[in-house]
Amino acid sequence: MTTENAIDCRKPFAATLVELAGKDDRIVAVCNDSVGSSFLGEFKELFPERLINVGIAEQNMVGVGAGLANAGLIPFVCAASPFLTGRALEQIKADVAYSAANVKLCGMSPGFAYGELGATHHSIEDIAWLRAIDGLKIVVPADARQTTAAVRWAADAPSPAFLRISRTPVPDVTDASEIFEPGRAQTLRLGNDATLIACGTVVWRALQAAKILSDEGLKTRVINMASLAPIDADTVIRAAEETAAIVTVEESVPRGGLGGAVAEVVVANTPVPMRMLGTEAFAPTASVEDLYEHFGLGAEQIADSLREVLAR
Amino acid sequence: MNSEEQARSVRQLILETISFAGLGHIGSDLSITDILAVLYTDVLHLDPERPQWPDRDRLIVSKGHAAVALYSTMTLNGFLTHDELMTFAQRDSRLNGHPARAKLPGIETCTGPLGHGLPVSVGMAVGARIVNADWKTYVVTGDGELQEGSNWEAIMFAGHQQLSGLTCIVDRNRLQQGALTEETNSLDPLDAKFEAFGWDATVINGHDHDALREAILAAGAKPRVVIAETTKGKGVSFMENQAVWHHKVPSADQFAQALAEVSATR
Ligand SMILES: Cc1ncc(C[n+]2csc(CCOP(=O)(O)OP(=O)(O)O)c2C)c(N)n1
Ligand SMILES: [Mg+2]
Repeated sequence: MTTENAIDCRKPFAATLVELAGKDDRIVAVCNDSVGSSFLGEFKELFPERLINVGIAEQNMVGVGAGLANAGLIPFVCAASPFLTGRALEQIKADVAYSAANVKLCGMSPGFAYGELGATHHSIEDIAWLRAIDGLKIVVPADARQTTAAVRWAADAPSPAFLRISRTPVPDVTDASEIFEPGRAQTLRLGNDATLIACGTVVWRALQAAKILSDEGLKTRVINMASLAPIDADTVIRAAEETAAIVTVEESVPRGGLGGAVAEVVVANTPVPMRMLGTEAFAPTASVEDLYEHFGLGAEQIADSLREVLAR
Repeated sequence: MNSEEQARSVRQLILETISFAGLGHIGSDLSITDILAVLYTDVLHLDPERPQWPDRDRLIVSKGHAAVALYSTMTLNGFLTHDELMTFAQRDSRLNGHPARAKLPGIETCTGPLGHGLPVSVGMAVGARIVNADWKTYVVTGDGELQEGSNWEAIMFAGHQQLSGLTCIVDRNRLQQGALTEETNSLDPLDAKFEAFGWDATVINGHDHDALREAILAAGAKPRVVIAETTKGKGVSFMENQAVWHHKVPSADQFAQALAEVSATR
């Protein structure tokens, strides 16, 4: 499933960071031998003294980020998401979140974007791990536009945050005029029969599923939950009250991920039939495209899941 | 097949596999080839019929991104067929982009995230001592990989434990993913660092098979590190010492030239 106008979100991420760094010299980038994979080449050229490459050392990288924040800088710590979140989890908890250090953790190429490189390189646990940490805002942009908006917000917001920056190209699905606000979801498609709630670049897939369903007369609401912490509980509750079922869609582990987050709100407020789609296990050797199919995240498969929940 | 012949065949297989699959870490594979050829030919006690034979020597290729070098070497040593090698990175293959223990018997532990092999190898060597086993433990790391702090926790503990059954071979090609190690986060003097942590250290040419054999097989009372000075992309003129060839895939023309070059050597 490819399409024209699809954009790798690392591009707007890097371009926005360069633009903001040009206006605010407190902005620094920290990375782990990942100048290339984090698209920091231009940043390095323009602001060599503000690019801190600690080498292949993620725990050190996050600790250094916290120290830089203490010195009054605004560090954007960029690394492949599995290594940033998995390796440096305690630094994220203690040095960043618990210490309320103004660090922006940028998890690059999350989900199973590394395809055949396998489960060690897939970052499917990151959302569940980080959602358990108090005080950390979690942002999963759906497309290039929202990535830009999220980076702008992060540079201004004086709080620890995690931004999940996808490398899987998708077309823009959000509105160009939107500014990012934590705790506020966007309803991308109206409908009162059932609801799809998604985050990240699979929002595009959820929209395609909704179109398939709507063509059959099933009016499906699509909610883009880019802010996972804090979550937009009101929007979830409204969907639970106004529609007959909710299916969540994410490129991550639903236990503790978006699925878990939505279920927590639903169960505590307005129980409604649910299904949580995502990555349920370590992946087989397969390409990214095959993995979407393997994990039931194709547009047709998402539509099937929703029909099944409604038929329950 | 002696180790030199094996290394030449492994280089051919690396080029063939990566070109066929359209992905792989070619520079990293060519860098480690001679180390693996010597290990499999003259050092390791393994049985391809019984990859989990309890008395086998243990090998961890901690720089798991060099999976194609490992799979190619395993192919020449009877652990895999050539047909299976060509399934590298294909749907449901046992040959994942990074070696996975659950997928392929003979892989001792999953590698890919850097800085994992050394701690696990230390556990193996301590375990061998506890159960009174004769097998030895070998771990191959990248040099950039040694920037991970987990390695130094393991190196410190291995020195403290005087783990004479443990040998670490560092693929010292002086490049990491994006740049030179010494420009990124310098490692020198690497031998002195290991020595300060209680290890015996030897620095050798990592493409000289006699030197590799002698250094790896030397016995002592301490854990031993062989700092194998290598060339990333070794054997292919336009790949040698070029960071971009960390994981670039050759074009058809480049493949033909590379194959000719690695086939011509010696
Ligand atoms: C924990 C972790 N961080 C980052 C990476 C991404 N990465 C893969 S290979 C590599 C460079 C490795 O350099 P080196 O250890 O010198 O191995 P070489 O390829 O030069 O043999 C990096 C940074 C990774 N695999 N694991
Ligand atoms: Mg290296």
